[in-house]
Amino acid sequence: MSTDITTAVPAAPRGPSAMQRLVGLNLVRSLLVSLGVLVIGVVLLESTDAYTNTQLSSVTYFTIAAIGLTALTGLNGQISLGHGALMAVGAYTTALMLDTDSPLPFPVIALAAILVTSLVGFVVGIGAARLHGPYLAGATLAFAIALPSVALYYKGTFNGEAGLTVVAPQPPEWFVSFIDAVSGTFATGSKYVAYLGLFALVIALFFALNLGRSKVGRHWRAVRDQEVAAEIAGINLGRTRVQAFVISAAYAGLAGAVMAMVVRLAAPTVFTLVLSLSLLTAVVIGGLGSITGAFIGSAVLVFLPPLVTDLSTESGLSDTQSAQMSPLIYGIVLVLVMLLAPGGVMGTLSMAWRRQRARRQLTATPTKKG
Amino acid sequence: MQHFINVLLNGITQGIVIAAFALALVLIFRSTRIVNFAQGSQAMFTTYIALTLMNRDFPYWAAFAGALVAGFIIGAVLERVVIRPLEGGMELNIVIATLGLYVAIQALAAILFGSDYQSFSSPVGLSGFQVGDLNLALTPTSIFVLCTVGVVVVGLTLLFQKTQLGLTMRAAAFDGEVSRILGVRVSHLLTFGWALAGLVGSVAGILVASGSFIYPSYMESLIAFGFIAAVIGGLDSPIGAVVGGLILGTVNSLVSGYLAPGLVTIGAFVVLIAVLLLKPGGLFSSTQARRV
Repeated sequence: MSTDITTAVPAAPRGPSAMQRLVGLNLVRSLLVSLGVLVIGVVLLESTDAYTNTQLSSVTYFTIAAIGLTALTGLNGQISLGHGALMAVGAYTTALMLDTDSPLPFPVIALAAILVTSLVGFVVGIGAARLHGPYLAGATLAFAIALPSVALYYKGTFNGEAGLTVVAPQPPEWFVSFIDAVSGTFATGSKYVAYLGLFALVIALFFALNLGRSKVGRHWRAVRDQEVAAEIAGINLGRTRVQAFVISAAYAGLAGAVMAMVVRLAAPTVFTLVLSLSLLTAVVIGGLGSITGAFIGSAVLVFLPPLVTDLSTESGLSDTQSAQMSPLIYGIVLVLVMLLAPGGVMGTLSMAWRRQRARRQLTATPTKKG
Repeated sequence: MQHFINVLLNGITQGIVIAAFALALVLIFRSTRIVNFAQGSQAMFTTYIALTLMNRDFPYWAAFAGALVAGFIIGAVLERVVIRPLEGGMELNIVIATLGLYVAIQALAAILFGSDYQSFSSPVGLSGFQVGDLNLALTPTSIFVLCTVGVVVVGLTLLFQKTQLGLTMRAAAFDGEVSRILGVRVSHLLTFGWALAGLVGSVAGILVASGSFIYPSYMESLIAFGFIAAVIGGLDSPIGAVVGGLILGTVNSLVSGYLAPGLVTIGAFVVLIAVLLLKPGGLFSSTQARRV
């Protein structure tokens, strides 16, 4: 590319300035990306109405869970059909801890939810570490359908089928005045929840960005791609798999904590198998292994159904038929994405970009030589 | 004693339906290494077709046959249109595609047939037999279910053991590459395998519905239990599917009869994990789990 390599002074070949080098550091780069998401989130939340605010809060918890599943499936190659059940663990923990006269601050509750879910994830992960492909899918699917019945059996604590109503935390003084200063509106409880979700997402994102580039992340990929080589290189397969499952469960726990506050309910009907499957599809629609893909997939999951329902009501279908149109379209979209863009949105984009670059290099090469 | 016998009978009836459904999953898995999550939706859809035929005054057996034909065709079409183009890609992509089909077919059924509960008749009675003082939880319908699954199992065994077609299918499933070199039209066999699985699945769909109600999601619990039973059995063994189904049905019935009905899914989970911890490939798996 550069023509003056031979004449350059020793300090110069490095090229990037101190500023660019700082940005190049993983930690700093992740921090910048996360702050960027935070700013975009605040702008989105402040420029949209209450209904869209709630939808955006749904995007936050879906994305947190999808990032966790991306780490597990994309980086470590383990499939899970049971992450919805892990979200339930986080949500029930949150619901129980918020249901007191003076509940602890949300960060503490979120940490507790993460901790409890990680423990459950650890137990499931120990079993999962020995299984592959469809066997793992079977075990996690069984987990997804088994866990809600714990809530049904221990009626005293979890209130059975009706579930626990979540007492959403009230926005503190400083938050109300802050929002008033930013956009001149009164901060409602659901706006506060939306912000809690946003902060949880930003922190989760920051950790995930670092994880992917860290030694741990490289180990996970090694186990996914070359099991035998990884073990010869001294990586403990079982421990790596359990580790991936626990971290992914921690994400599901945090997502469950936020979800409990957004949905205001922790009940078996909320955490169905369909939720687990939706998470997996969000990860795949966006593009397996891509964090940006997790955002896109979650947004599709939240915004597509109401859009389709509205369109079909307008086109004169009955209410029940309109309600079913969105799962129909959703299912068809899934199949079409797999048929036409198997890498998901991000996979297809990066493929197109690479092809473009290859073509440019191909056309550039002859001129360089000539 | 009466309670125990009834719990056991109940378990066997339940288990045999699970087994029939697990068989459909195994038929596809052993030839293509794919778990078809849409199997339950396909079966639900064909049961609605049978119901529609019965409502148009077709006799029960004609409706039954209609459902089987529909199941056969749907299976073949899905394999050709959706699964075939995805083969050779990532395993997860096919899983996601069948999950998409599962959701889409269920929604389509709700749009076409409505989402209300509709009763589905049984060709035989529903009241239990009486032996001496014992009121058995065995009804003519459960005997009908047992016999039908028996016919299916014997039919499949004959197909795979005694016919040229079955032998070629086993060969293709065992080593597709070699079979292809030897001139076997493996791609046709795969389509036939999906069609056959669609047929067996629709038998399970009708058996679950008989003497009960159907609604678009009525197969949901059977999808989960059928999958678990197939995994317990080893996913590629038809005998394993039947044994897995019977084990699961019996455990479910014991748990619900002696502990609490709400704990059934936990019981299934415990059995599955116990089996997989002992044999990570399932009870009757032909392939050994690789250890390094």
